[in-house]
Amino acid sequence: MSGFSSLPPALQATIMSAAVLGALIGILAYVTLLERKFAARLQSRIGPYRVGPHGLLQPIADGVKLLLKEDLIPASADRPVFNLAPIVFLVPCLLIFATIPFAPGIGVADLNAGVLFFLAISSLEIVGLFMAGWGSNNKYALLSAMRAVNQIISYDLPFLFSALVPVMLAGSLRLSDIAAAQAGLWFIAYPVIGQLAFLAFVITAVAAENRAPFDILEAESELVAGFRVEYSGMKFAIIQLAEYAHVLGTSFLGALLFLGAWAGPGPAWLGPVWFLFKALFVFLLLTWVRWSFVRIRVDQILRVSWKLMLPATLLLLFATAAVIVWRTPHA
Amino acid sequence: MTPERARELLATVAGVTVAATPPAPIVAQVLTEHWLDAARYAKATLGCTYFSFLTAIDWKADGLEIVVWVDNLDAKLSVQLRTRLGAGQTTCASIVPVYRGANWMERECFDMFGVQFVGHPDPRRILLADDWQGHPLLKSYAVDTPHPPYR
Amino acid sequence: MPDVRAIDYAGSERLTMNMGPQHPSAHGVFRAILTLEGETVVGVDAVIGYLHRCHEKLAENLAYVQYPTIASKTDYVAAMSSELAYVMAAEQIAKVEVPKRAQYLRVLVGELQRIASHCLWLGTWCMDMGGALGGGATIFLYCIRERELVLDLFEALVGARLLYGFHQVGGVRYDLPEGWTDLCRRTIDLIDSRVDEYEHMLADNPFFDMRTKGVGVISRELAQDVGISGPLLRGSGVDFDLRRAYPYSSYEDFEFRVPVETAGDCYARYHVRMVEFRQSARIVRQVLDGLPEGPISSRPGVKSLAQVKVPKGEAYARVEGPRGEVGCYLVADGSNKPYRMKWRGASFSNLSVLPHILVGASVADVVAIMGSVDPVFGEVDR
Repeated sequence: MSGFSSLPPALQATIMSAAVLGALIGILAYVTLLERKFAARLQSRIGPYRVGPHGLLQPIADGVKLLLKEDLIPASADRPVFNLAPIVFLVPCLLIFATIPFAPGIGVADLNAGVLFFLAISSLEIVGLFMAGWGSNNKYALLSAMRAVNQIISYDLPFLFSALVPVMLAGSLRLSDIAAAQAGLWFIAYPVIGQLAFLAFVITAVAAENRAPFDILEAESELVAGFRVEYSGMKFAIIQLAEYAHVLGTSFLGALLFLGAWAGPGPAWLGPVWFLFKALFVFLLLTWVRWSFVRIRVDQILRVSWKLMLPATLLLLFATAAVIVWRTPHA
Repeated sequence: MTPERARELLATVAGVTVAATPPAPIVAQVLTEHWLDAARYAKATLGCTYFSFLTAIDWKADGLEIVVWVDNLDAKLSVQLRTRLGAGQTTCASIVPVYRGANWMERECFDMFGVQFVGHPDPRRILLADDWQGHPLLKSYAVDTPHPPYR
Repeated sequence: MPDVRAIDYAGSERLTMNMGPQHPSAHGVFRAILTLEGETVVGVDAVIGYLHRCHEKLAENLAYVQYPTIASKTDYVAAMSSELAYVMAAEQIAKVEVPKRAQYLRVLVGELQRIASHCLWLGTWCMDMGGALGGGATIFLYCIRERELVLDLFEALVGARLLYGFHQVGGVRYDLPEGWTDLCRRTIDLIDSRVDEYEHMLADNPFFDMRTKGVGVISRELAQDVGISGPLLRGSGVDFDLRRAYPYSSYEDFEFRVPVETAGDCYARYHVRMVEFRQSARIVRQVLDGLPEGPISSRPGVKSLAQVKVPKGEAYARVEGPRGEVGCYLVADGSNKPYRMKWRGASFSNLSVLPHILVGASVADVVAIMGSVDPVFGEVDR
């Protein structure tokens, strides 16, 4: 890699970003297929099967279909807001991958405050979401957007707290440091605290990403696709892409914070592959929960957040701090 | 409350004639002026708190007849109240104040037979479109009556 | 009315929302115009009639041999009980004897139909609550898989999966083919074990409990006053089952439990129907064990329209369908066509309780309540 590092840093960053983005979009397309196949097997059916061998060309067919669809804009929609919303929604969801190191030294930007950057940027998607709901000038979309803002804001706090537990255990906000600190023992294996933190992380992640059982904002049996109801064609594809990117990004974060990132048997270059597998494992965990439970009402979701998750994660943080102080030999 | 006791009690109500047969249900012919009172009596005194249905029969020249079926579930008692509106008459008292289930049933009667229920809280058509002309279940309404724009 | 218009935030926050005839959880064609204040329903106008085909006028123009097939199209999810009501009314007026074997066969298909109908109810209700892209769809697909097994049985028996023409005045039209009883027993055993799985998935599930406990409470007094029936009535504490109170078609020969719950909420109705699954399986086994030999109809081989004439008289035949009291009030005038037929659809009365219980519920509850009421619009609109 000496030739690469001799390039000017700006060019290095551009090439790295392009590579990550390219790989990401490819993986995202096939992650949707993975979810559909997984869900199908849970429901005793096969899933996409016809397009390509065992349905492997399905994501490409879906992409082509959405590209060819007519781009409908409701007559009374707020055009600038309506058109910008998918992009404002997509950019934060892709930007979260900027701080994730895929292997020691490989990553777009390994910031000092990596975890903080990740969580802050991922919350920006709310702006795009609300723009979509508002710009559609549709009661269903607006109702759903209002619920979404409510829900995501409520769950970002416990999400942050549960992500802070590995930060405290590693002693750094930098993502590569956290990954390196798990060389001996993955954080999920820490007695009690690790498992509880992972559990809290999974629950709040499901909620912060509007996945069932907390997907009241797109409850299609009531709100018919919620804030996305007026979108069609490529704009719809962008919104879908953004949602899956967010879920995958959170899965990568979970794999990095709790499952040891690139740690795994075999040579060092196998690290990113292990990382991907662990991220997909977390992703499938979230998917499994999605396809197994009915959803709960929005007031019940908020009650769970403020009365259960927030106090619980706060308590967990204090407990972690206590354990760290107790374990550190006083020098 | 046994069926025999119910028969005796019902026969004492003003305007009500209890048919001798069949043994079940108890068929009571009620004069239209006493319709609401008969319904109240059935609910309060005979204990018929379960409302089954309300409908109408078009007897052509003899006019319309309203039929109501109520039950006393604990005593296994069924009471059928009937009232003849008379040739050409289409008004009847509404029993919605007594049985809330009569709400939609009376709307359907209005929709299909044109019976006006006095005191009904919401007298609109229920099954047919609001702009439908005529009342289909009357014997005078032919099966193939056209109604544009519906076929 | 169009949904798209500028939203007025001046003054109070009342919003009129249309859960229109085309809606993923309308259970058919049903329009509810909800007036909302925030997320709470403060007013509901239920508009029905989108599926109105005027069965009652049709019945006056079709002979007694022609109409049973049409009767199955009222409650098309439980067609067997729909046909039975009409045919029983005609038999009551004409005082026609129905052979024992035919009565047992009627019970058999009626209970199998109850199982199939409850499978559909559970699947669609969970799908409404869980989303077509989520956990609800999982339970929906499992239940449909079981329903298909029962429909296969019907197809082997009658030739049709959904709308049969099984009943006729005097008995039934088809007898059991070779090997059907074994297939039926195996199917019932399989469904019994699968229903255990579903109960296990749902019974102590905290999400399910949150959505259904305390939601859509129908008081005992309201239930009787409005005239709701079936699992809704039994879920509100009234012990009334037509198969027990007014036994028809040899139901008195069978042992089964009638479940009653007092809570009156969605969970109570869910529990009643889950018990009914098992009791129906129990009745089917008893029927298969005790099926007598004999003719399947006292009026076999109907060849012409004029063949079945019912003398002057009136009768109201009530059947305990999966949704409640399905009744046919028949006025006969001596010819081969009825003079007047009133169809008392269970779902019509059940649905009319909605304006009383939806006020005060939240939008998400509307969906859960409608699912637990389980309307079929063929019966509502006829």
